Amino acid sequence: MLEARDLTKSFGAIAAVRGVSFSAGDGRITGLLGPNGAGKSTTLRMLYTVLKPDSGDALIDGRSVVADPLAARRSIGVLSHGAGVYNHLTARENITYFGELHGLSRADRNARAAELIEQLEMQPFADRLAKGFSQGQRLKTALARALVHKPRNLLLDEPTNGLDVMAVRGLRKILAQLRDAGHCVLFSSHVMQEVEQLCDEVVVITGGQVVAAGPLADVRARAGNLRLEDAFVSLTDGNGGDAK
Amino acid sequence: MNLRGIWAVFRKEFRENLRDRRTLLSALVFGPVLGPALVAAMVQFLISHAETQSDENVTVAVSHAERAPNLLAYLNARGVDIVKVDLDEAGARRAVMSQQYKIILEIPEDFGARLQEGQPAPVILYSDSSRPFDRRSSGRVRGLVAQYGIEIAQLRFLARGIDPISVLPISPQEVDVSTPSSRSALVLNMMTYLILLSMLFGGLYLAIDATAGERERGSLEVLLTAPVPREHLIYGKIAAAAAYMLISLVLTVTMFSVAISFVGLEKLGTSANLGPRAAATMISACAPLILFGAAYLTFVSAFAKSYREAQTYLGLMITIPTLPLMFAGMLGLQTKTAFMFVPFLSQHLLLTTVVRAEEIAPVHLWISVVSTVIYGFVLTWFAGRLYRREGLLG
Repeated sequence: MLEARDLTKSFGAIAAVRGVSFSAGDGRITGLLGPNGAGKSTTLRMLYTVLKPDSGDALIDGRSVVADPLAARRSIGVLSHGAGVYNHLTARENITYFGELHGLSRADRNARAAELIEQLEMQPFADRLAKGFSQGQRLKTALARALVHKPRNLLLDEPTNGLDVMAVRGLRKILAQLRDAGHCVLFSSHVMQEVEQLCDEVVVITGGQVVAAGPLADVRARAGNLRLEDAFVSLTDGNGGDAK
Repeated sequence: MNLRGIWAVFRKEFRENLRDRRTLLSALVFGPVLGPALVAAMVQFLISHAETQSDENVTVAVSHAERAPNLLAYLNARGVDIVKVDLDEAGARRAVMSQQYKIILEIPEDFGARLQEGQPAPVILYSDSSRPFDRRSSGRVRGLVAQYGIEIAQLRFLARGIDPISVLPISPQEVDVSTPSSRSALVLNMMTYLILLSMLFGGLYLAIDATAGERERGSLEVLLTAPVPREHLIYGKIAAAAAYMLISLVLTVTMFSVAISFVGLEKLGTSANLGPRAAATMISACAPLILFGAAYLTFVSAFAKSYREAQTYLGLMITIPTLPLMFAGMLGLQTKTAFMFVPFLSQHLLLTTVVRAEEIAPVHLWISVVSTVIYGFVLTWFAGRLYRREGLLG
């Protein structure tokens, strides 16, 4: 369960996020939708504690990211933009490294890595150095790394960027599995179809503010359109991400 | 304090870099092999030249040799080979500059006449003093010509009934108190510089990778979401860079010790003091610098936006700590207590002392070790502060 409460963040004179509030529930996939530069990444970064909000707060399963970021981090798994993995480590080592950082014992992290490798169908490349991985293999590695400590909440920043169709389908399947297992999944995207196919809930952000939030059908209905793309254009006024 | 994060980061960085060709080359090959090879080659070159130079005949091209047959006979009898040429002043200059002849002696037209009249008779010696080995030969020729002049003067005094001894009131005697080891310190002065540089290079790629590399790959953000205090992440990285620097230091000093024992400095009349004991002392004098160096490089590269930018910064920054060494070399600084508070300089002076086979004052060693370790911890702490800033994400 993630809860953003009136988050704001500025970089110098630029107000990137201007009072964002929404919640993402357990057992649901929530899409953070918005044009480039709308404040999606900044919002996510505050949720996963690498940025401190200027004001407002966010709660991860009730724990404040401002007051106790260390505790908040224990219950989130993060797939950051670009899904960077360590090239000179194998996929397995990438996973166990994060297991160790999360405080798992050697036996626990090895067992967990084996479990994830099976679950994400990574066996063919699990013990190869990540140097030559395809985008899809990198994404799986990064995803397994994010899940190593069995977090309740998973945050993904534009996870489908640069992926081919097969990899996107694979990711979709995995996220659906996680949702069905009761996890709270929040991901950002500027690709309409993706959100439409995957999400139960959607939060539309533009200009650093939430312009619509709720179940997919409601958001569509509110904009008076059937297709999300049209709803999106009417909600954001076709103005792109520039703050108005 | 829970050190789990530091240990995890240290182990991962150490292992990852063990598989990185760049790190291995810079930590285990460039410094430890190239440095000692370079110095050994230089020493070998100096030895071979010192051996041949002193007793080898010097060849001098003489313009208008017919004007001074006695002088030339005198030179010839003392190991100077004469080549007769016919060059004017401009021609002589060109010939020396183009290395056609290394030394040219020009006898002016009035040489014989002035000598007869008892006037100072000029001879002109062309040489290129920017070539060290020619400088030595031309010095020898100059000395012989002057000696010839003194002999003529003595004959003139005798002819006038004066004891020639009375016109040499002072006879300087030089006593060279340099010991074989101190002479070798002169030859091997650049060795300490190479040891310290090689040590820094050992941790260079880890330092670059620590922040700039992680940022560029896009892994820094995820790393910062691990439930570990942020400063522990960088402490682990600094520790890994320090480990590689230690390996590089030990290897470099060992290789120097081996290389120097092979080139046979005894032939230069010197012997470098680089046995196992001296090598161990050198390693322990430099070891405290490792934390400082690792923190320094990691700190600097954390400001760089990209890997390439970090490489540029560090290429520059790596020379800054070694500046005091260059000054020390140029000014011939003597070991002083105050210098022991200066990192790099104090290690340089301690290493020099060891190579000269002199005793290190315990107080100097202690000041150097303790102050350098304190600087190292302070800089590490600052690097940790840096990791708490969110500007780190770039």
